[in-house]
Amino acid sequence: MREQLLALIEKNSRIGISELAVLLGKEEIDVANEIKKLEEERVICGYHTLIDWEKTSIEKVSAIIEVRVTLQRGQGFDKIAQRIYNYPEVKSVYLISGGFDLMVTLEEKSLKEIAAFVSDKLSTLDNVLSTGTHFVLKRYKEHGTILDEVKEDSREVVTP
Amino acid sequence: MRNFLSDKVTQIQPSGIRKFFDIVSEMKDAISLGVGEPDFETPWHIRDEGIYAFEKGRTFYTSNSGLLPLREEISNYIQRTQGVKYNPANEILVTVGGSEAIDIGLRALINNGDEVIIPQPSYVSYAPCSYLAGGKNVIINLKAENEFRLTPDELENAITPKTKVLILPYPNNPTGAIMEKSDLEKIAKIIVEHDIFVISDEIYSELTYKGKHVSIISFEGMRERTLLINGFSKSYAMTGWRLGYCCGPDWLIKQMTKIHQYAIMCAPTISQYAAVEALKNGDEDVKMMRESYNQRRRFLIDSFKKMGLECFEPYGAFYVFPCIKEFGMTSEEFATKFLQEEKVAAVPGTAFGDSGEGYLRISYAYSLEKLKIAMERLERFVNKLRK
Repeated sequence: MREQLLALIEKNSRIGISELAVLLGKEEIDVANEIKKLEEERVICGYHTLIDWEKTSIEKVSAIIEVRVTLQRGQGFDKIAQRIYNYPEVKSVYLISGGFDLMVTLEEKSLKEIAAFVSDKLSTLDNVLSTGTHFVLKRYKEHGTILDEVKEDSREVVTP
Repeated sequence: MRNFLSDKVTQIQPSGIRKFFDIVSEMKDAISLGVGEPDFETPWHIRDEGIYAFEKGRTFYTSNSGLLPLREEISNYIQRTQGVKYNPANEILVTVGGSEAIDIGLRALINNGDEVIIPQPSYVSYAPCSYLAGGKNVIINLKAENEFRLTPDELENAITPKTKVLILPYPNNPTGAIMEKSDLEKIAKIIVEHDIFVISDEIYSELTYKGKHVSIISFEGMRERTLLINGFSKSYAMTGWRLGYCCGPDWLIKQMTKIHQYAIMCAPTISQYAAVEALKNGDEDVKMMRESYNQRRRFLIDSFKKMGLECFEPYGAFYVFPCIKEFGMTSEEFATKFLQEEKVAAVPGTAFGDSGEGYLRISYAYSLEKLKIAMERLERFVNKLRK
C-alpha cells in the first residue's frame, strides 16, 4: 500500500482518508495509520501547495546559486550546508556532484535582496570559496507539473 | 441509375455507437463517459522514438509482416507473459490495429455458411466482419449472474456440426469481464473436443486487476487452434498509431498475410518503430496506467454501491457495466434521458449486442475529477427516477 499511497498523495495531498481508502481498496483505519506512520518516520515531511507566483501580484525573485566550499577538519559538508539552510530565505540546499559542491535555491522579494544575501551572507562564510548566481527567468515545470499546461481532451466523444 | 451497392454491405447495421455519438456531439459541455480509448497520451519515450524514426527518414514500407525487430519483441513479450513461443519469421503478423486482425483472421478462416460463435455483449466488429466473410453468426447471450464470463454450458449449447470459430473477447469491452485460468480450462477442453478454432481478442490483456491475464493459448492443444490478437492501443495508450498484431499457427498467418499484403501492404512504419520502444521499455508506463485505472475502477464501484446501483465487480479493461433494469427503461431510453437531463453520456449496453439490454457501459478512461462530477450527477439522476 505504501508505494501507491505515496504516489497518490505526492500528486494530490488534499485527497481525504476515506477517498484514499476507496482508491486503494483498503480500510480507512489502515490508511490513516499508514499516513501517521509515514509522518512519524519523516517519510512525509510536509504538505505543500504548488503556486505559480508569476500569476499573482506578489513579487518574487528566485536564484539558483552554485557554491564551492573548502572543507576543514571536523567540518564536513553537512555542517556547511546547515549554516546555509538555516536562513529562511533559502528554499533548498543540495550537495551536488561535479564542478561545484552545493546548490542553493533562494527566493526573495527583489534582485537586490538576492544580491545582498549572496554578497553579505553567503560569500562571507569562512568555508565558501566562490559562488555563481543564476537568476530564474521563467518557470516551466515544477514538481513534475507543467505550470502553463491546459489539458484538453481531444478524443472523440463516443468511440467503441 | 442502378443501385450500385452490394446487398451484403447494405444489410449491415451501422454501429449503435455511431447513433449515440451523433446525439452526444450535438450536446455542448456534456461530460462523456463513452470513450473506448485511454485518456493517457502515449508515453513520451515512445513518441520520441516515433519522432526519431521520422528524423531518420523511416518513411518507407516495411515487409508485409512488419519489422522483424518488432515481431521479435512481440515474440519475447508473449513468451514472457504467457510462456508460449511464436516464431517471429512466420507466426506473427503486424496489423493496422487489432481490428484488422479480426477482419482478416475471419476472412482467412470462414467459408460460406460456417458458424461463428460470438459471445455478447462484446466489441462491435466481430459480427459484421464475420458476416462479411460469409460466416453465420451464432450469438451467445452472456449473463450478469456469471459476471459475463463464458460458461462451458453456454458454449456446449451453441456448438453445432457447422461450428468453426469461437470469438473469445476477454478482458471484455464493454462489460469489463475477465476469464480466469479455471474458467478457461473448462472451455479449452470443449474447444479441443469439438475441433473448433478460436480467435482470442486480448487487446486489454495488460489491464486486469485481479492477477495477471491468462491467455487461452497457454492451455494444452490450444496454441495450434488459436489466433491471438493484441495490440498497442490500450496497453500503451497508442490508439491513434493504429498498430496491432496477431500470433497464430503458420498455416493461418501465411494466408492472412496474403489478404494483408493486398489490402493494406504493411502497418504504419513510424508506428512500428515506436512500438519496438514500447515493448522494450514500456513496462513501467503500463504499470502506472494500470494502477491509475484500478483506482478509478474502485471509485466507480464504490459510488454505485453508495447509490444502490447494481453492478458486478469487473476486473478488466476500463469499463464498468452497471444494471439499470430497476428503472423500467431500455438502455437507450435511460442513456438518452441521462444525457438530456444531466449532460453525461454513457453508452447503452445494447450497442454491444441484445444481451446488453438493461445495462450501461461506463468508461473510466477519464480523470478522477471528471468521474466524480459524473457520479454526482448519476446519483442525482437515479434518485430522481426512484421518487
